[in-house]
Amino acid sequence: MPNTIIRPDVSIELQDVTLAYRGHPAVHHISGVFEPGSLTALIGPNGAGKSTLLRAMARQARPIQGQVNYRGLVSTQSGAIAYLPQIAGLNPDFALRVIDVVAMGAWQTIGAMGSISQAIIEKLQSALQQVGLTNFEARRVDELSVGQLQRVLFARLIVQDAPVILLDEPFNALDATTVRDLLKIIHAWHAQGRLVVAVLHDLNAVKQHFPQTLLMARELIAWGDTAQVVSSQALDEAEHASLAWQDAAPWCYQPDQHGGVSSHKHDHKKDPKYDPKNGSTQDHSHHAH
Amino acid sequence: MRRALLACIALGLMSGPIGVLLVMRRLSLAGDAISHAVLPGAAIAYMIAGMSLPALGLGAFVSATIVALLSGAVSQYTSQKEDASLAAFYIMALALGVALISMQGTSVDLMHLLFGSVLAVDDGGLLLVVSVTTLSLITLAMIWRPLLMAGFDPSFLAQYGRLGRLSSLIFMLLVVLAFVASFQTLGTLMAVGLLMLPATAARFWAKDIVALCLIASLFAAISGVTGLLVSFYVHIPSGPAIVLVAGALYALSLLVGARESLLVTLHRSTRHKLS
Repeated sequence: MPNTIIRPDVSIELQDVTLAYRGHPAVHHISGVFEPGSLTALIGPNGAGKSTLLRAMARQARPIQGQVNYRGLVSTQSGAIAYLPQIAGLNPDFALRVIDVVAMGAWQTIGAMGSISQAIIEKLQSALQQVGLTNFEARRVDELSVGQLQRVLFARLIVQDAPVILLDEPFNALDATTVRDLLKIIHAWHAQGRLVVAVLHDLNAVKQHFPQTLLMARELIAWGDTAQVVSSQALDEAEHASLAWQDAAPWCYQPDQHGGVSSHKHDHKKDPKYDPKNGSTQDHSHHAH
Repeated sequence: MRRALLACIALGLMSGPIGVLLVMRRLSLAGDAISHAVLPGAAIAYMIAGMSLPALGLGAFVSATIVALLSGAVSQYTSQKEDASLAAFYIMALALGVALISMQGTSVDLMHLLFGSVLAVDDGGLLLVVSVTTLSLITLAMIWRPLLMAGFDPSFLAQYGRLGRLSSLIFMLLVVLAFVASFQTLGTLMAVGLLMLPATAARFWAKDIVALCLIASLFAAISGVTGLLVSFYVHIPSGPAIVLVAGALYALSLLVGARESLLVTLHRSTRHKLS
C-alpha cells in the first residue's frame, strides 16, 4: 500500500444535515465533525439513514437543508473522496474483468482515452496482491464470490488513494477470514492518516476495531468514543426510535441559514440526545409539538 | 441493390455494440419508445417536404431526441414505474405518427415508413447510413470506458464530476441516431428488432462485453444481408424480412447456443475439474 500519502488535515463537518425522501426526513438535523485521521463506525438500526448520510458525505446526494463541509480540501478537488457503495448496487451483468474494475481506481490518471502505462499496471497488481487476489486479473466479476468481489472493490479503493474513504456496509455477507483481511486494510488506511467512515452492523467489530462511533436513528443519538457510544442505554434508544413515516406528521419548520424554512415532515416525538462531547448548539425548541 | 446491401452491413456494424449496451443497461424498453418516436417526426417532415430523406431524417431525429430526453427525465424524476411511462410514450407516438401520415399520404407511403423499403435507398440514403455508422462507432469508442464503468457501478464516476452522466446522455443520442439511420431500411416499427435481437442472441454465445458486441454485429449484418435477399426475391417489405432472419438467429441461439441455451441446460455435463 502506498504509504507516502499522509494527509492528516482533512476533516468533515456536518452542519445541520437533513435529507428527505418525498418530504419525510431520512437524516434529520445532524451536526458534528469527523476529525482529521479519525476512524469512525456509523451504526444504527435498519432504515436509520446511515447510507443516506454517507451518500451525502460522498456528494452523491444533496441535503435539503444544512451542508457537508470538507476542511482541508480544495472544493473543486475531485477524487479526494473515495466512496464504496453497497455491493447490491452493482450490476454484474457488466461482466468486466477484475483488472478493469481495479483500473477504475486510476481514473484520474488514465481517464476515458488515456493509455495504461506499465507503472499503473504494477500499481494495479500490487493492489490486487494486497487484497489477496494475486493472479485474478483476467477473471470476470460475475464469476467471483461476494467476498472476492468485495476484495476487488477494496483493491480499487487502494488504487484510488484518496484522503477520505467512505464505506457502505463493507462487511455484509462476508465470512470471518474476508472480514479480517479487509479490516487489516482499513487499519493500514487509518495508520496512514486517512479519514475513514464505515457503515457497520456488527457491534463486536465496531468495539474492537473502530475508535470512534456515530450512532443514529434518523436523528443523532450519540457520537464520540466507541466505548461510550456503544452503551446499552444509547443502543436502546436507537432501537426504540420510531422510524416509520407518518403521513399526518406536521411540517418541520426550522429557519435555515438563508432565513428560509425547511419543508420536510416531522414525525419524531422526542428530542434527540447529543453526546456532551460534541454538544450541538442547535435550537430544538420547535420539537415541542 | 448493391447500395442496399452496403447500407445493411453498415447498420449491422453499428447495431451490434449499441444493442448490446442497451440490453445490458436494461434500457430495452426505452429503445422501443425511442424507435416509435421516430414516426411522428418523420410524418411531420413528410407533410412539409414529402418523401425527402434529409427532411425525414431531421424530423425523425428531433422527435426521437425529445422522447429520449423525456424518458430519461421520467426515470430520474418521477416515482412512476418507468416501463409503464415508456409504454405510454411509444403507443402515443405511434398513434400520432399513423394519424399524421394518413391525413395526407397514401397507404403505400405509410407502409414504407412503418416497414421500410431498403431497395429504395439512394446514394443520399447510403451516405447517411454510412456516415452515421462511422460517427457512432468513433463516439462509442470515445465514451466506452465511462459507459462500462457507469454500467457496472453507477455511483463511481459521480465521484469525479459529471462525465458519467454525460456519457450516458451521449449514448442515448447514439441510440437515437441508430434509429434515424435505420428507419428507411427497416421502418420505424421494425428498427428496434435489429438492435435487440442480435444483442440478445449474442448472450447465448459469450459473456465478455467485447465478444458480445462483435457477435451481435456479425448477427445483425448477416440478418441485414440475408433479409434483404429474401425481401428481394419473395417480395415482402425489407423490415420484416430482416427482423425475421434476426429472429431466426435468436431462436437458433436460444436452442443450441454455447451458454445457458436450452441444449446446454438440458444436457448438463457431470464432468468437472478437481479445483
